[in-house]
Amino acid sequence: MKRLRFINGIKDGLPICFAYLAVSFTFGLQAVKGGLNAFWATLISATNITSAGQFAGLKMIQDGSYFLLVGVAVFIINSRYMLMSLSLSQNLPKHYGTKKRLVMSMFVTDEIFAVSYSKGKNINFRYFMGLSLTPFLGWTIGTLLGGLINSLLPTSLSLAMGIALYCMFIAIIVPPATKSFSISVCIAISILLSCIFYFVPYLNKVPFGITVIICSLISAIATALIFPIKEES
Amino acid sequence: MLNFILTIIIMMLASYLPRVIPLVFVRKEIKSVFLKSVLAYMPYAVLASLTFPSIFYSTGNLITASIGTVVALVMSIFKVNMAIVAVVCVALVYGLGFVI
Repeated sequence: MKRLRFINGIKDGLPICFAYLAVSFTFGLQAVKGGLNAFWATLISATNITSAGQFAGLKMIQDGSYFLLVGVAVFIINSRYMLMSLSLSQNLPKHYGTKKRLVMSMFVTDEIFAVSYSKGKNINFRYFMGLSLTPFLGWTIGTLLGGLINSLLPTSLSLAMGIALYCMFIAIIVPPATKSFSISVCIAISILLSCIFYFVPYLNKVPFGITVIICSLISAIATALIFPIKEES
Repeated sequence: MLNFILTIIIMMLASYLPRVIPLVFVRKEIKSVFLKSVLAYMPYAVLASLTFPSIFYSTGNLITASIGTVVALVMSIFKVNMAIVAVVCVALVYGLGFVI
């Protein structure tokens, strides 16, 4: 296989960039609607670069939650990145130093991880940075635009934009699921558990960040027990 | 204001630490088939539980959100690019909002 270069990364990153523009635009919109200004919203996007964590954090800021509590919730939602970083670390050349790893860590998102993980052991620093560059810009600029344009948009449109984030998630998980029965099973278990926590009395009082962790740990572990992946592909 | 700035800083840390700790400190290859399998399934598990059932309540209208969900699923089965999936579904939900 050919060595992956910076420019290959840029090419693979562009679709993510456009999706991020749409989703971060929604974030900027909701942030300003909730009383933050466009500058703060953009700063959050530039320093967090995470969809679900930021949306949850924003909601808590607007509820007036204590800052430590916001930190804990965002950390729990983002703890899935630990598992992604761990997988990524397995595929990186062993000789990579701490500096490269510190930089790469900033850009581990669901989408960037999904694409870089699909490259297996071919992944390298230059490709990863190319892959991350346009999504980072898209995420930051989209937030700024959403924050600035906020007042010009009708409420019905900004409500409709609430679905953008989830559509992006669906577009990430469905294509691999159509090819792999075990991934479909994992997704099905996770959705079932998530619905239980959403609808069943008492269980629906458990904070959102915690339910995500419980559902994903149980479904990933159960699927790994039923369908262990034997060969490195 | 101090509380707000502290919130911004702690959100940044809560986003960076989970990513940086494994990348910097776990460099040995994991041999366990079980652990490898859990890691491989984890992203799908997390995104699935984040999306469902929340997506149905994401637009303030159960019917338009459900139609949007089905369209997103169908487009994704045909491997349509995720940016297009997101934009088409937002446009669809927005348009349907006037009808339903």
